[in-house]
Formats: sequence, structure tokens, C-alpha cells
Amino acid sequence: MTYLAKPRLLADVQPRNAIGFTKRDYEGAISTLCAGCGHDSVSAAIVQAFYELDIEPHRVAKMSGIGCSSKTPDYFLGASHGFNSVHGRMPSVATGASLANRELTLIGISGDGDTASIGIGQFAHAMRRGLNIAYIVENNGVYGLTKGQFSATADKGSKSKKGVQNADAPIDLVALALQLGATYVARSFSGDKDQLVPLIKGALRHQGAAFIDVISPCVTFNNHSGSTKSYDYVREHNEAVNRVEVIQPRQEITTEYEPGSVRRVMQHDGTALLLRKLGLDYDPTDRNRAMNQLHEWNAKGEILTGLLFVEEGADDLHHHLNTVAKPLNQLTQAELCPGQAVLDKLNAALR
Amino acid sequence: MSSTTPGVRPAPSHLHQVVDCQWACPAHTPVPEYLRLIAAGRYAESYEVNWWSNVFPGILGRVCDRPCEPACRRGRVDEEPVAICRMKRVAADLKGDISARLPKAPVKKNGKRVACVGAGPASLTVARDLALEGYAVTIFDGGTQAGGMMRSQIPKFRLPDSVIDEECGYVAALDVEVVLDRWINSLGALRSEGWDAIFVGTGAPRGREADLPGRAEAAANVHIGIEWLANLAFGHVETVGRRVVVLGGGNTAMDCCRSARRLGAEDVQVIVRSGFDEMKASPWEKEEALHEGVLIRNCMVPLAFEHTDGQLTGVTFEHVEVQRDARGKRALMPTGRMETVACDQVLVAIGQENTFPWIERDLGLAFDQWGMPALNEKTLQSSLPDVFFGGDSALGPKNIITAVAQGHTAAVSIDLFLRGKDVVADRPGDRITLASQKMGIHEWAYDSAISDLDREKMPTQALELALKDIKLELELGFDVKKACNEASRCLNCDMATVFTAKTCIECDSCVDICPTECITFTEDGTDDDLRTRLKAPAPNLEQMLYVADGLKTGRVMVKDENLCLHCGLCSERCPTNAWDMLKVDWQVAHAGSQAGSVGAEAAAVSA
Ligand SMILES: Cc1cc2nc3c(=O)[nH]c(=O)nc-3n(C[C@H](O)[C@H](O)[C@H](O)COP(=O)(O)OP(=O)(O)OC[C@H]3O[C@@H](n4cnc5c(N)ncnc54)[C@H](O)[C@@H]3O)c2cc1C
Ligand SMILES: Cc1ncc(C[n+]2csc(CCOP(=O)(O)OP(=O)(O)O)c2C)c(N)n1
Ligand code: SF4
Ligand code: SF4
Ligand code: SF4
Ligand SMILES: [Mg+2]
Repeated sequence: MTYLAKPRLLADVQPRNAIGFTKRDYEGAISTLCAGCGHDSVSAAIVQAFYELDIEPHRVAKMSGIGCSSKTPDYFLGASHGFNSVHGRMPSVATGASLANRELTLIGISGDGDTASIGIGQFAHAMRRGLNIAYIVENNGVYGLTKGQFSATADKGSKSKKGVQNADAPIDLVALALQLGATYVARSFSGDKDQLVPLIKGALRHQGAAFIDVISPCVTFNNHSGSTKSYDYVREHNEAVNRVEVIQPRQEITTEYEPGSVRRVMQHDGTALLLRKLGLDYDPTDRNRAMNQLHEWNAKGEILTGLLFVEEGADDLHHHLNTVAKPLNQLTQAELCPGQAVLDKLNAALR
Repeated sequence: MSSTTPGVRPAPSHLHQVVDCQWACPAHTPVPEYLRLIAAGRYAESYEVNWWSNVFPGILGRVCDRPCEPACRRGRVDEEPVAICRMKRVAADLKGDISARLPKAPVKKNGKRVACVGAGPASLTVARDLALEGYAVTIFDGGTQAGGMMRSQIPKFRLPDSVIDEECGYVAALDVEVVLDRWINSLGALRSEGWDAIFVGTGAPRGREADLPGRAEAAANVHIGIEWLANLAFGHVETVGRRVVVLGGGNTAMDCCRSARRLGAEDVQVIVRSGFDEMKASPWEKEEALHEGVLIRNCMVPLAFEHTDGQLTGVTFEHVEVQRDARGKRALMPTGRMETVACDQVLVAIGQENTFPWIERDLGLAFDQWGMPALNEKTLQSSLPDVFFGGDSALGPKNIITAVAQGHTAAVSIDLFLRGKDVVADRPGDRITLASQKMGIHEWAYDSAISDLDREKMPTQALELALKDIKLELELGFDVKKACNEASRCLNCDMATVFTAKTCIECDSCVDICPTECITFTEDGTDDDLRTRLKAPAPNLEQMLYVADGLKTGRVMVKDENLCLHCGLCSERCPTNAWDMLKVDWQVAHAGSQAGSVGAEAAAVSA
């Protein structure tokens, strides 16, 4: 960690995005995590993604639970709304926030302990109900904050820093999200921002439950040989299925692709996802095949990364519940209290 | 340092060039080091650091041309550079009695005698360097006081005599014999006196003439600027006309016009051929002149001096227009519009020339086609092996700090020559050492926090007072508080970021924390190609890319040195100490230095 805040020099002359903000405007307090923590890289990727998407910081709500990962919302988007909830309970608080104000961009930050251990029940329901959130798990295989106990995503047979083998079967959050009906599911690595930033952008622009499992090494407790969540292990076993480019509604497509090499997926708000296939024959729009392929690669000890599944034209919780179109804080007296006639009609319908 | 051949990445040897101010200073003064000493209240040591490098800290702290300031890194990340020059004066003003700290000349001399012609900064530097090595040095000057043009040209309101006396005195105190009032009128005769070596530091003493119609007739009221300034300095001139025209746009013109205002001239116009921005005078000199009520007029070419009955009445000019051709070359196009500016006196400040009437042309000392001595520019040795040159007399008129730097160079050559060594092959190299500044996980031996203070303004005497007394020093100097504020603005560019690929785990932490985004990990390529693929644009081609290979993924680490703030955050964030902050101690070779070479040790330390 460092004590000094980033100097402000040059901050004003740095490039600005379409709405006039510099990247520094999307930063937060100085991180207190261990130097070299993957979580800090994820924060940097989030800053980059929000900057590139021209999202106003004060129109964002960042939600989290407890853990080193869940602390990180303090280290980005210092001008946004946020809620640091109880351990494993971020999804229900986020659900409330989403229902109250559907116009905010919602990002949830959690850890493998926060989500796969104590919070697994909450996670399951957020996914299956289609909560409109970019849900990011910073997955290091341990409880970093409580000093390195195995979490529920630690691979069976992997070793702790002290050499103890993990005997329990791992939970694969990507497999779970797929099975539970999440409509945007990705896996990435904190050490590969070229891959991670567009995945976060796509998730932020996705309407519905978007889930990204980011393998994010814990330098202090889980970066040794014998760990399957170390920088070296992930680099050696990483198989990326595609590269994503996120094209905003009014933005031109400038990159040239060979015909047939790119697949275009449209999102609800007009954002296009350009998916360039890499080596493997992989179809990110087929949920069942995705699940099968994932299991096959897991069995080989390899890590599939990229946008693993996306449902074109997906819908979210608001749609399912047919909620009011406006944020609740914008409803006026007239809408909230429509008068005796309407009440009488309602009562009559229930008789 | 980066090479343009991917795959072959040598250990860094460019780190001393990252210290922009020290690199730009002709004498390579360790600027950040003396600024830190000032911040620590160690003024005497700060003065000492300066004295070894530039011999005249108090003088230069007032009137240096400051090539370091436009080069200063702070100027690239903030509105204005560090006030490097003024801080030398702080050290000089606050140092107290320094005599005990300054070295003494060895009691036992080495038996060799060296003569220096001229007592300007070049000769005084040669004398200081050689006296410390045990040489018996004698300086001859035709004038009555030591200091050369620092004494005779620079007006006292910019540089008081007391400062010149003090600093010339420190050189004389090293058993250097200063013989004044002795004009050398024959190099042949001087050589026959049996000196082991002769150094020529006679400056560029002739002011360029304005050969225009009416010059002869109006002679009584037309003066050559540098002659007039010298007469002023030595008290031979005490009055000036009411209306004065100064021809020329360099620093001499600025000194002339500002002096004329102080002598009581009411209407002072500096009239220049070029446009305002193209004028040679330093921006701050122009500013001061304007502030003191001088009118600066541009794009006017003098045609004739007007006169009646041998009395100057004015100068006629033609207005010109500045035009640029397709290649951007500037040309002054006549407009046919004439104007006569009425005046009582003209000061001609249109340039200086070298002249060597006292050097016989049959001694074997070769001159080039422009009448300048033919020299080896690296050694400043002439075609007569025992005769060396330095300062304005060597390569044409420049400034004090260049004269000092050339003095050091000539002293190294003289020392080698008199020790029977080859002045080229046996030349000592600079010494560069690197020392880690780490004192704890996030504790450094220097103040790594970046201050966001603005540059301190120099307090000055009130204008009414300044214009009344030509000897009253205008600038008052920084007090301790201003000095500390200004010192804190320095980015400590000598605290180098040094990367060790072997220990890097490529976690990206340094990339993420760097406030100026100057670090990138990417596929190798040539410098030109790499520059297109960095995290932040790298358009400043004068600043190097630091490229290191040897990473596990086969990528390279590329750091654009241009905007690094030396904040050390990369190093604090690195979990494996792959980044370290090492202090670059760069000691330029002086007479007596041992052989070695630039960068050799730097490479050895980091390898
Ligand atoms: C008006 C003016 C203002 C300037 N202002 C600045 C400034 O603000 N900052 C700056 O850095 N530079 C300034 N300069 C330039 C600076 O003064 C010179 O570059 C510098 O002094 C050159 O040093 P030097 O040792 O080569 O010779 P000089 O300083 O020129 O000294 C040469 C000495 O040699 C003596 N001499 C010459 N021939 C003989 C002989 N045959 N026998 C005996 N003695 C001889 C002369 O009397 C003189 O004292 C200014 C110059 C002028 C003209
Ligand atoms: C209800 C509750 N139970 C247990 C804890 C203790 N605790 C704090 S953080 C944490 C684990 C965090 O692990 P993870 O979510 O993976 O975050 P990491 O620190 O690894 O990023 C635990 C068990 C708690 N704070 N609250
Ligand atoms: S910031 Fe300091 S060290 Fe860097 S160039 Fe300026 S004065 Fe020199
Ligand atoms: S010292 Fe390091 S973190 Fe600071 S600006 Fe330089 S490279 Fe960036
Ligand atoms: S912080 Fe250190 S280990 Fe991480 S990428 Fe930078 S140099 Fe390498
Ligand atoms: Mg964890």
C-alpha cells in the first residue's frame, strides 16, 4: 500500500472523455490493499471502463459486501454513490437500490468468499431474477481480509501458502451463473486489462444480470506455486475464447475485421458487442454448449476466459416485475396518491 | 536506455540525462541536490555543491542565463519551472561564513606555472581548478578589477560589486596571483616568459558598429553599448540624454535601456529589427524593461542617423514585415514606410565580436576563416599545444555559465598536458553512482510527496527607488519561507526509477498507480513503434524511452521518461521491489579526476 495520494499535477491537462471528465475524475481514495494485489488492477480497469463509456460518476451506485475485494469501491469512482453492506449481503441491498432508482448504473463488487461462501444464496437469486447489475467477483481463492483461509472457489488439491491441500470441491461461479440464468457471463484475469476493460464495459451496458468472475491474485496469501490462482498459474493456463469490442450507440466502427471472423451482438440500449473469435471453436450465445465446454476445460485444469455467454435482447428484473418507468424519487404526489376514484376502482376489482 | 533494436536491451545508462536541469546546465550543476540542502536549511553545503560545479553561485544566482529553467521537468507538468537560478542566490545569501568549508590550495606546489590572460569567469575557473591541483597560476588583466564582463558590463543593479569581490576573492585565496592593469599585447612575448601552459580567456571585447549614414557626424552622441556600459560601471559616465534610442534586441540592449532609465532618461526606446518574440533578450529581461517604462518597438530597420550641425537629432527607420517562406524561414520584407525617431543619444547594442590583436599570426596558432582560433572543441586546445582557450574567446560570445564550463574543460586539458598525458585519450570520464533511497516500505530518503505550489515571485525594490539609484540592487532575494516553498516544487529528477525485470511478476500495480501513466508492459518493438503503443501518448522525442526486457511473458517494460514525477509511487506499489528509487550522483570530471567513463558504473550497479 501507499500513503501518498496521487499528485494533482497534470490532472487538469489530461485528455477528457465525451462528457468532459478526465480519467482522474473516476479515481477514488488511495488503495490500502497490499502492493501487487490483483484487486487494484480491477479497480484500474473499472476506472478505465467508466471513463471510456462517458458515464457521469454521480449517476453510478457501487455496491459491495465485506472483504479486501469489497473494500475496493472506496478506491474508484470517489464521486459516486455507494453501499458497503454486510458480508455476503450485497445482492439484496443492490436489488433494493436498483428497484428504487432504475436510472443509476449499478456495479457490484464482491469476493469469492463474499459471493461463493457466505453469500451464495443471495448471489443465486440476484442472477436468476435478472437484477440489472454488473456483478464482479474478484476471485483469489482465499479469504484475503481474514488472512488467507481457502474460500469456496479454491480448486481441490491446490495448496495453501503453508502447504495444506484443499480437500473440498470448488464452486465455479461462472457455471453457477450460467445455470441460474444470468444473461451476460464472462471470466477474465486482473493481469489482462486488454481483455478485462471491454468485458466490464459490456457488462455495464448490459440490461440484466451481468456477471464477471475476475481471477485476481492475492499476492500475500495465494501467489505461491501450488496455488491455481497465482499470476504465473493463470498466465500459463489461460485460454481466451474471444476478444470483445464495445461499440457505443453513436460510435463508428473503425476496426477492420476479416469477414466472418466477428460476431455482433446487440444490447438493449443500442450498444453493439463485437466478438472476435480466438483459437477455440466457441459459440457464446449457446448457454448449454457453453456450460459443457466450461466443464470440459475445468476438468483439464485450464481456465476459459472471455465473454462466455451473452443473451441478445435480454431483459431485467424491472421488466419482469413491470415496475414504474421512473426512479421512485421522481414520482410526484399525483402519481403516488392517484385519488379516491382509482382506489375505489382497485377495491372494486378485489371484491 | 532504449535501443531501437528490439531484443537487445542494455542496462540503463541514460539516468543522468533524466535530471533535465543538470543535463541542460553547461557545468552540470547538481541542482536537485542543492535544492534539497536548502530545504534542509543546510545553506553552506548547498553553496559548496554549487561552488564546486560553477564557481560563482552568488553571481550566477542573480544573472545566470538559466538554460536549466526551460529544460526543467516541472515546466512540463506545471505552468512554470522551478526557480533554479534564484535558489543559488538563496544559498549564497544565507550561507554565513563559508571560508572554513572551502578547500585550501596545497602548500606544496607541483612546480608547474600557468598563465591566464583575462580575469573573467573562464580564467577564474581554470585558475581555481588548477590551483587546487598544486599549479602556480597567474591571471593577467588589463582592467583594474577582476571579474571580466561580469564586472564591466553587467549593471550593478543586477549584480552588486560586493558579490563579485567575494567570489573572485575565493579564487584568489587559493594562492592564485591576480595581476591587474597589465594588458598582454603579445602572445609571443608571453610564451617566451617560460609558462608551462597559457590559457586565453580574453572574452569577446568588441561591440559591433552600426555603419549607417550620419554615424561619423553624430559621433558625439552615438555610443557602442558595451563600451558605454563599461564606462558606466567604472564611473566614467554619469549622465545620459533625455531621449535615448537603443538599437538591438539582446541582453546588452536591455542593460543599456534600463541603465539609461536609471540615469534619468525619460523617453527610452529599444528599437529592434525582429519581432518581439524573436528578440534575443531573455524574457524576464524584456519584462523588467517594460515594467521600468522602456518602450520596445519591433520590426524597424535603422537606415540613418539624423543630425544638424554635428548634433544628433534622431534615427530614421524603415518598418518591415516579418514573413515566413514555405520552409518556415523568416524574412523581413520592407514596407517602404519610414519613420524618424527623435532622440538625443543612441546606444548601439547589435552584437559583440572577437578580436585578437595581441596574438601574432606567425606563432603557429591557427585561426579559422572567421578569425576565431582553430580549436579542438572537446579539449579547447589550440594548434599550439601549450595554448588553450575558453569562454567567449573560444567559440564566440555566450554567457557566464558556458565560460565556467569551458574553463573546467580547459583545466582538465591543461592538467593532462602538463602531466604528459594525451588530452583526448587519457581524458577522465564523469563519475556516476547510484544509491538506493529506500528507508522503509514507503519511506524514502527524499521528500517524495509532490507539492502543488506555484512558482515564487521575486520580491523587488519599489520602482521609484530603483529608478533613482543605478547601483541599488533591484531583486531582494527569497526569504527562508519562499526558498523552502520553491525547493519543494522540485521533482527530484535525480531520484531515478530503476527496474529489475528478474523480480517483476507483471502484476500491473506500477502501471495502475503511476499518476502520469508513464509505464507500459507490451510486446517489444522499435522505439518509434513502441511510442504508438504506450498507455499515455509519448510525443516528446527529446525524452527517452526506458525499455527493459527479461520478463516472464516475453513482453518488455517501457517507461516514457518525459512526464515521470519521481514520486516513487511505482516503487511503493511494487510487491517485489522490481522498481527502486536510486539517487543518481553525477560528478562531472574536473582537473585531477581519475579516468572512468559516463554511465559505466550506472550500468554496473543496476546489472
Ligand atoms: C552587457 C552584457 C550583459 C551581459 N549579461 C550577462 C548575464 O546577465 N548573464 C550571463 O551569463 N552573461 C552575461 N553576459 C555575457 C558574459 O558577461 C560573458 O559571456 C562572460 O563574461 C565571458 O567570460 P570570459 O571569461 O570569456 O571573458 P570576459 O568576461 O569577457 O573577460 C575577459 C577579460 O579579459 C580581459 N582582457 C581581454 N584581452 C586582454 C589582454 N590582451 N590582456 C589582458 N586582459 C585582457 C578583459 O579586460 C576582460 O576583463 C553579458 C554580456 C554583456 C556584454
Ligand atoms: C458475517 C461475517 N462473517 C465473517 C466475517 C469475516 N470475514 C471478513 S472478510 C471474510 C472473507 C472475505 O473473503 P473474500 O470475499 O474472498 O474477499 P477477499 O478478502 O479475498 O478479497 C470473512 C470471512 C464477516 N466480516 N462477517
Ligand atoms: S524538477 Fe527539479 S530536478 Fe527536475 S528539472 Fe526541475 S529543478 Fe531539476
Ligand atoms: S516515479 Fe513511478 S509512479 Fe511516479 S511518475 Fe515516475 S514512473 Fe510514475
Ligand atoms: S508493480 Fe512491480 S512486480 Fe508489479 S508489474 Fe510493476 S514492476 Fe512488476
Ligand atoms: Mg477472496
